Amino acid sequence: MRPDPIQRIDTAFFWEACERGEFVAQKCEPCNKLWHPPRPMCPDCHSLEKSHAKLSGKGTVMSWVRQVRPASFGFKESPFVILVELEEGLRFVSNFESEDAPEIGMAVQVDFAKTSGGKAVPVFKKASSV
Amino acid sequence: MSSASQQACIVGIGQTEFSKASGRSEQQLAAEAVLLACQDAGIDPKSIDGMITYALDHSDEVDIMRSLGCEEIKYTTRLPQGGAASVSTIVHAKNAVESGICDTFLIFRAMNERSQYRFGQPHFNLSPDAHSSTFMEWCFPFGAQTPAAWEALSCGPYLHKYGITSEDLGRIAVTFRKAAASNPAAWFYEKPITLDDHQNSRWIVEPTLRLLDCCQESDGGVALIITRADKAKDLKQMPVRILGAEYSMFFNHEIISDFYAGDLIRTENSESVADRLEAVAGIAPKDTNVAMIYDNFTPQILRQLEGFKYCGIGEAKDYVKDGHLELDGKTPLSPNGGLMGEGYIHGMNNITEGVRQIRGTAANQINNAQTAFLASGVAGAIIGK
Ligand SMILES: [Zn+2]
Repeated sequence: MRPDPIQRIDTAFFWEACERGEFVAQKCEPCNKLWHPPRPMCPDCHSLEKSHAKLSGKGTVMSWVRQVRPASFGFKESPFVILVELEEGLRFVSNFESEDAPEIGMAVQVDFAKTSGGKAVPVFKKASSV
Repeated sequence: MSSASQQACIVGIGQTEFSKASGRSEQQLAAEAVLLACQDAGIDPKSIDGMITYALDHSDEVDIMRSLGCEEIKYTTRLPQGGAASVSTIVHAKNAVESGICDTFLIFRAMNERSQYRFGQPHFNLSPDAHSSTFMEWCFPFGAQTPAAWEALSCGPYLHKYGITSEDLGRIAVTFRKAAASNPAAWFYEKPITLDDHQNSRWIVEPTLRLLDCCQESDGGVALIITRADKAKDLKQMPVRILGAEYSMFFNHEIISDFYAGDLIRTENSESVADRLEAVAGIAPKDTNVAMIYDNFTPQILRQLEGFKYCGIGEAKDYVKDGHLELDGKTPLSPNGGLMGEGYIHGMNNITEGVRQIRGTAANQINNAQTAFLASGVAGAIIGK
């Protein structure tokens, strides 16, 4: 199991999409740029008009760790934490779902994992294994 | 640049003992450290007219004033970014006194990191907003919940690219503990470690940080008093001049959870600070006599050595291996034993050590130290005679 996501006004769209099984990023309507982490305003054109776009869910592992001591709170066993460079150029902190540790440069594909409160968060698997 | 008589100087330092159980409130630790700094300087605490600390300090300005009897303060602010703000305080202190807003400026920090809470454990009470630079929302549900985990994840690309091994990191820890072993104020006084001890210490975060790659959780308080040169000359101590103090934060970066911008190889904010410091101080960090570099975790030393231009990108592990950080090397590193060896008062005890080195009163005194570099990632300062 894992803890529920923390939700805020500016980020609720992301976690709600996860519950629908969609991995999305904030999209600026006027200039079409994607941003993560979400923010109230587009830092390029300063528009407040935003929606979200579905991402391919493909990326590569930039870095990985496993929090051993203290063990990750809310988990049965500390997961592999990865920093993923997404195909769209954004970066995302997530988990690598596998018995074995990931490798830097490994291609990964998004999946979803349930949280203790019945929510969902995006996690990643080795690309060829999906 | 300010005229000589207007230049900011550190004129008083104070610190409590560094322990794992202070047995008193953080507010008392703060008050004790402030009083010691005032007595060291030879000023009346009532005359303090400006004060500053940074995020995660639980002593309010009102607490300090109430204990010390400060009559009126004209400037205060609470800096963001946790320990990265430790040297940023010098930027503000310099501006506050050189602008004439304040005459007697206090920097304080007091924490019961070990006995009252566990500073290195998951911070459940942190706001999901960006306080202290950590966007918890994007880390917590994935089990990255401690400073050590964020640090290791952020340093991964750098460590991987240059093939930096656990032994490379271990040499840094050994260096700190060697210095601490001959500093009576250090928690790890007379307790040096070997590289084997480091290699046998348990994992905190795989595959990067062992126990001995991490700073401590400490209880203690630290304070400094800053004034202008024209006032400093009548006080008890030799004034330690602030030759330059600079800060830098770039778009889309965070502090310890720095994941979203840059190549995570270079540390652009440190590079910017190094360039500006050299311009204002007339001396580069690498040409100073002592390096007090923030050591929350060992990889930070490598990245800051490169960011502050002591060596080229990717060269820091060899810079360490070649012995340059030893107390008789060309870059004597934190002769107090740093935050790993002496105590972790969130960076501030490294600043008081820099002052002692310039005064010539340190336990592990570097011969003829004329200048010292103080660094905490996003901020740097050069102090000197
Ligand atoms: Zn836009």
